[in-house]
Amino acid sequence: MGTATKPDKSTPAPSDGLVAVVKKDCPTCVHVAVVLAQLSAADDVQLTVYSQDEPSFPADLEDVVDDTSLAFSWHNNIETVPTLMRFEQGKEVERIVGWERSQWEEFTGRNGLGPDIAGYRPGCGSLSVDPLLVDELNVRFGASVLRSRRVEFASAEDPFEATFDRGWTDGLPVVPPTEARVMAMLAGTTRAPDDIVATIPPDLVEVTVEQIAANAVMAGCKPEYLPVVLAAVEAACTDEFNMHGLLATTYFSGPIIVVNGPVAHRIGMNSTNNVLGQGNRANLTIGRALQLVVRNLGGGRPGGIDMALMGAPSKLGLCFAEREADSPFAPLAGEFGVETSGDSTNVGAVTLFAGQGPTGIIDQISRGPESLARSMAGVLMATGHPKLVIGFDAMLVVGPEHGRIFTEAGWDRARLLAELEALLIRDSDELIQGAGGIDEGIPAAFAGAQLPKFRPGGLQIVHAGGDAGLFSAVLGGWVGGDKGSTPTCRPITP
Amino acid sequence: MTTVLDPTGGRSADTLQAVDRPPNLDGLTVGLLDISKARGDKFLDQLESRLTDRGITVKRFMKPTFSKPAPVDLRHEIAESCDAVIEALAD
Repeated sequence: MGTATKPDKSTPAPSDGLVAVVKKDCPTCVHVAVVLAQLSAADDVQLTVYSQDEPSFPADLEDVVDDTSLAFSWHNNIETVPTLMRFEQGKEVERIVGWERSQWEEFTGRNGLGPDIAGYRPGCGSLSVDPLLVDELNVRFGASVLRSRRVEFASAEDPFEATFDRGWTDGLPVVPPTEARVMAMLAGTTRAPDDIVATIPPDLVEVTVEQIAANAVMAGCKPEYLPVVLAAVEAACTDEFNMHGLLATTYFSGPIIVVNGPVAHRIGMNSTNNVLGQGNRANLTIGRALQLVVRNLGGGRPGGIDMALMGAPSKLGLCFAEREADSPFAPLAGEFGVETSGDSTNVGAVTLFAGQGPTGIIDQISRGPESLARSMAGVLMATGHPKLVIGFDAMLVVGPEHGRIFTEAGWDRARLLAELEALLIRDSDELIQGAGGIDEGIPAAFAGAQLPKFRPGGLQIVHAGGDAGLFSAVLGGWVGGDKGSTPTCRPITP
Repeated sequence: MTTVLDPTGGRSADTLQAVDRPPNLDGLTVGLLDISKARGDKFLDQLESRLTDRGITVKRFMKPTFSKPAPVDLRHEIAESCDAVIEALAD
């Protein structure tokens, strides 16, 4: 635990009866001061008044409570001044805001309030929701929910250099995870900060929403991206996805996140031009947040557990939205039983795939699906090694100009997959070790058979990219299935 | 002064204490753990014959896949039945 900020308990709780919250810097509060004096003077009325800016206001009342710390206002969600509340047995039962004579008379059960003043004035904004104060108040009153250890940087320390010095970054600068930024990030989810999301390898520690939020801040995420990050962490830490093995491999692959559903557009993700490249904040920071979580919370670092021979730029993070609007295919998540379109209540889904950055497929001549599929099969066959089959998975990213050819032919994902699977069968005699003068290959024991390039379920197909360009791409995968990683899908919840 | 939250969850490295290495292997049972990489078994076959030539008892084990930690039951069995363990890593 840590030196968590304690809530401000210096403001007394109100007695039962009427409670008013005002500020002097509010013409309506000044206007109704005379009404508050009336109520306060009545023997049968218990009235407590909290003042947000000036405890000597209202002037005619005794015992105005000083709420300049805004503790009472913040904890009671005061948005407007004046607010008039009724408390019974220590709890608020109802409230009204602003000034309207008949409404106040009905609320208080007294007639003749403020007979000499205008009958209506709208309220003003409460200081406790002032945009200039909100972050500070969240930290002052709300940060006690944060359980992470606090780390102080010296005044002379540049906070960005400090994060490098402590080994918290992936080689690029991170946003220092201050209490205010983490509080703001946590507003992006309805989950509690101390909710446990997953057990993360390689150190196998339980990680909470709060800890993931701190790394999402560092990655540069906005609060509305947090639900996607949480779903990605959850999916990555499953036994079937096998983040542990993926981290330790000498191969090039890392976790790739594919996002489906309305959430993608809502948070401004990119599914079109340069979809796998730089420039889009949501794509880049969500992918990065997952890798920072693995590194900082799980302990998975290059040169440590991460034994990658060369790695890949995609290991900084790779996350993209599938281009669903004009896709020949249904959303990828549907292949895993997670609905994200139509009447579904899911805001979206993430599918995690163990893979690496793209290898381009050029085909600018084919106009029919059969020829185009053959082009794609040619590149797919060579993925990893042309003589190695079944062990490794792959993901085919169909560009929209290619996708249109399939759409016009009425080919959905299943149809394209069936075509590719037929094209990707080889006589094993061509593949065995030594065949073709290449020592690499499959063991001789498998001679005399017909073998597919990919295991069943080993080839994923998605649709993404800009409007112009007769290209598609292969994202080479990793060892598939029980011996390696299985693509894993999880719904995104708010 | 900037205050931030520790994004590493306050992890301190938990160092596991290894058992003291025995001065020699005489009279001990040595486990050989194959991690299921190609030809790891060939390597361990060689080790086994050298050890048994010296009169050392050898037990052979294998974990299902190289890419996941050994199942906890297997680790327990090795710890209970052996005095030392050699893992084969081949690639």
